[in-house]
Amino acid sequence: MAKLLTESDVRHIATLSRLQLSDNEIAMMTEELSAIVGYVDQLSEVDVEGVVPTAHAVEVQNVFRDDVVRDSIGADKALANAPEREETFFKVPKVLDQDTV
Amino acid sequence: MVASLTTKTIVGLEIHVQLATRTKLFCGCALEFGATPNSRTCPVCLGLPGSLPVMNRAAFDASVRFALAMNCKIATYTKWDRKSYYYPDLPKNYQISQYDLPLGYEGYCDIDGDEGQSKRIRIRRAHLEEDAGKNLHDVPGCSLVDLNRTGTPLLEIVTEPDIDCAQDAFDFCTGLQKLAVYLGVSEASMQKGQMRFEPNINVEITRGGEVFRTPIAEVKNLNSFRAVRDAIEYESKRQVQDWLADEDYVFGKASNENRGWNADKQMTEYQRSKEAAHDYRYFPDPDLMPVTTTADWVDSVRKELPESPTVRCDRLVSAFGLSQGDADLIVADRGDAELFDAAVDGDKKLAKRMTSLMLGAAKKSANDRELTVSTVLPSATSWQQLVRMVEDGVVNASAGERLLLEAMENTAGEIDFEQMAKDRNLVQVQDVGQMSAWVEQVFTENDGAVQDALSNPKKAKAAPGFLTGKVMQVSGGKADPKVVRQLIAAKIKEMQTE
Repeated sequence: MAKLLTESDVRHIATLSRLQLSDNEIAMMTEELSAIVGYVDQLSEVDVEGVVPTAHAVEVQNVFRDDVVRDSIGADKALANAPEREETFFKVPKVLDQDTV
Repeated sequence: MVASLTTKTIVGLEIHVQLATRTKLFCGCALEFGATPNSRTCPVCLGLPGSLPVMNRAAFDASVRFALAMNCKIATYTKWDRKSYYYPDLPKNYQISQYDLPLGYEGYCDIDGDEGQSKRIRIRRAHLEEDAGKNLHDVPGCSLVDLNRTGTPLLEIVTEPDIDCAQDAFDFCTGLQKLAVYLGVSEASMQKGQMRFEPNINVEITRGGEVFRTPIAEVKNLNSFRAVRDAIEYESKRQVQDWLADEDYVFGKASNENRGWNADKQMTEYQRSKEAAHDYRYFPDPDLMPVTTTADWVDSVRKELPESPTVRCDRLVSAFGLSQGDADLIVADRGDAELFDAAVDGDKKLAKRMTSLMLGAAKKSANDRELTVSTVLPSATSWQQLVRMVEDGVVNASAGERLLLEAMENTAGEIDFEQMAKDRNLVQVQDVGQMSAWVEQVFTENDGAVQDALSNPKKAKAAPGFLTGKVMQVSGGKADPKVVRQLIAAKIKEMQTE
């Protein structure tokens, strides 16, 4: 079966996912991801002519909560599993290419 | 010879406005500026496994109100999507935003253009999304992350590229801030970073009938109106210079880029090329249910919108003959504008008097306390009573001002100005006989001025004013200056014919 993904696709995905992969791993991932995509791709055999695109399988809509304050867990609990902290900040390796929302 | 150039700046804006809810968009953590870092967090906004977001109704409602006020259409079906990116200020590794079905779309806002013409800026879309946390970089080699802001509701507003100069962008942004505050959907405080701007700028250059377009520069994360204006100003020059230096600096050949604004140097700085455009891999968030709206509900929200500041301003000018400047001042605060309308109650005569009282003594007194007029003295009934009293000559203008200031000093409740005027002995004397007697007395005591009025051509004009002032003094401020002036004029005429 022809591979659905190329090695360069996999390198791109690895970059987006902040994963560092060896050449061996790239080859292996290309194989495995192609198989997964191929499996999912079976869905494209289904005739969806006239079916409205849908985002959710469950027919539930308009789920809201009221704008009422609930207790936060507090900085110490929030930081409990942090590898490093500084006062009540998370301390992480420097972020260089910082994008804003 | 160099062919002459004409240039046209083209700007589209992306604006983030923080909505004035008590809690975050998807969890009940309080929104609180300046709280201890990471103290306003929970499993949802920390992005811990197994947590589930639930939409804040107040944030959605505020978004719809804002979108409607920008004349947007409201989607009958809207949903939220995951925008994937990896940064420590967004620990889920995706931002919940809206991709292809924003809640508001195809709107517009008008701004003042040249010569009284208004300019229409189209709104492409308005969508509700969550903010990221804050990174601080004050430790060498490290970033410090505060997730208190994570999950704060933002309305992202995207305009069409309809803005063609820096000043229009400035006007549009300040107008939007006013609108947000008016609607009560955002505090829109620049100091607290509740409005952030990203202008997309390029220039259309025409030379000898040939048209060139520079690549689009997006200036990231501006947090003041002035920065928006200055950055656009700078870019519209910089891009032409770069094109003059290298004719391949055109859209399509050279890549679009992100730039940052350096306020100290007053210039934008290159950040990165957009060639390697981020691949956000949007997909519908399975944890959040879509929202549907009905035309009836949208109509009811639209009906409850307050009159927009611009419309209100125009109405005050056209209906009451206020000057544009006075109307602007009254409309600047929604509470003041509503108080004005309630007190004036459609009466043009009262409107003029109300304007001078409100913008004169009252505004100064309120400003001195860093308050608005309507928070100091909110009762429209009391205002109307006072304005009517001055208008009807029950008290004169300066007495009216005195009563107003005293009321503003002491209480914020309902005031009976009539009683107060009586107590202060400020009710004008309406008795013409009494006023004539005062005039007689003043004429006797001020013969010099009387002679001036009768026969000194240099002083004949000023003398009656002086005599009027004397009568007001003698009456203890209670005479009606209008009547007094008439009495004095009549008396002088009488003396001249004798």
